[in-house]
Amino acid sequence: MTDKFEPTIIGFTCNWCSYRAADLAGTARIKYPPNVRLVRLMCSGRLDPTFVFKALSSGADGVIITGCHPGECHYLEQNYKALRRFQLMRRTLVGLGLEPGRVKLVWASAAEGARFASEINIFVEEIRALGPLHWGIPSDLLPVPNEPLEEVPA
Amino acid sequence: MSGKPKFAMYWAASCGGCEIAVLNTNEKILDVDANFDVVFWPVAMDAKYKDVEAMEDGSILLTLFNGGIRTDENEHIAKLLRQKSKILVAFGSCANEGCVPGLANFSSIKDMVDTAYSTVSTDNPTGIRPVTAYDMPEGTIRLPALSPILKTLDQVVDVDYYMPGCPPESHQIAAVIDLVIQVLQGKAELPPKGSVIGAGNSTVCDECKRTRNVKTITSFKRIFGQELDPELCLLEQGIPCNGIATRSGCNARCPSAGAQCIGCYGPAEGVVDYGARLISAFASVIDAKEPDEIDHILDGIPDPAGQFYRFNLAGSLLRANKSAWEKEKA
Repeated sequence: MTDKFEPTIIGFTCNWCSYRAADLAGTARIKYPPNVRLVRLMCSGRLDPTFVFKALSSGADGVIITGCHPGECHYLEQNYKALRRFQLMRRTLVGLGLEPGRVKLVWASAAEGARFASEINIFVEEIRALGPLHWGIPSDLLPVPNEPLEEVPA
Repeated sequence: MSGKPKFAMYWAASCGGCEIAVLNTNEKILDVDANFDVVFWPVAMDAKYKDVEAMEDGSILLTLFNGGIRTDENEHIAKLLRQKSKILVAFGSCANEGCVPGLANFSSIKDMVDTAYSTVSTDNPTGIRPVTAYDMPEGTIRLPALSPILKTLDQVVDVDYYMPGCPPESHQIAAVIDLVIQVLQGKAELPPKGSVIGAGNSTVCDECKRTRNVKTITSFKRIFGQELDPELCLLEQGIPCNGIATRSGCNARCPSAGAQCIGCYGPAEGVVDYGARLISAFASVIDAKEPDEIDHILDGIPDPAGQFYRFNLAGSLLRANKSAWEKEKA
């Protein structure tokens, strides 16, 4: 047991680039913190902002969205759509009082396993610095905070 | 007392526009009187809460409940009417999704009270603040207490039907009255519990007569002072029109009159979070690929949270601004 705050982070990955980057990080045995729960989408363009709102309202402390680099989308242009949605969504979330740093968009190609892991490391530390969010949930209904997460040996 | 079924209508945190809309059904209101015994309707007749408390559970057939739940009084009456009513309808945008009173969820109670009592426009030299209980020689006077955030009716009690609109259109109300009367006469059946009544199943765009093409937006602008094409889709002309995510049922009144849809009929069928759907729709038709260029276009929507949640904040996934609940929780 440590007193360190362990954030809960939801990560959205695209099937063709960033999910493969995560996979590559795994096969290359690159460690990154277990705080992030990855959800695979076919494309970052599939990311409905509802998913992010749902994650934040259900107890996530941060959300990271990942996709192919601009110009490299498997579906040609959908990552640009994701970029525009992200920018408008972040403005809206700031209007609702959220710290802008709790949502992040990162591009990662299928070859960038090491970079993917390092981006996750950075984001976890950023969210740890921001502290718990626990959006609107009465504190007595929350699970015991700081339940230590088990590190899976590589 | 007649043997007619009983009818009630109540207003919680609302403006009274829903009652006006009911009266705007004109002679149809006589059908309500002919078929129902109105037992409780604070805006139209004198009745006390204790009269309602004395009624048998489930003895009111139909209750139209408008307004959001903002005070402990609102919550008490919502629970009381739920207990006494067979059919409870969330009537109008406030009861469904918070509406304009729900915009209070952007601020904490303290910020709101400060604005009302301590800004330059208020002459309040002694710094008076509202209190919920005040001791007088004759006894203690009480006022209902504000809850930290406004809740929708179904966040407090079980709701049978939802009737959206700010206010619901009178022709829709008339149609619902007709339906209920036909049910009473055994000529029709009630829709399944939880249905949205008195509205369409599609979006405002579906009812809008304006011409639509492929949308490529290079700037957003406010509607005031613009020379707009009267035949062309407003969103295509850079006006942030919410019709794309809003439930149909109003015959696209605002776009037909040259104003953008502001979303009073609430989320369209299948939409989980109204604002998220609008973010998705607006962002996908912006014609830009560079972050700076996108930001420049988005500057045309100066208050996105207000634009996307004008009617729906209390009913949305996040329900309120962080500042509204943060201190309450601490």
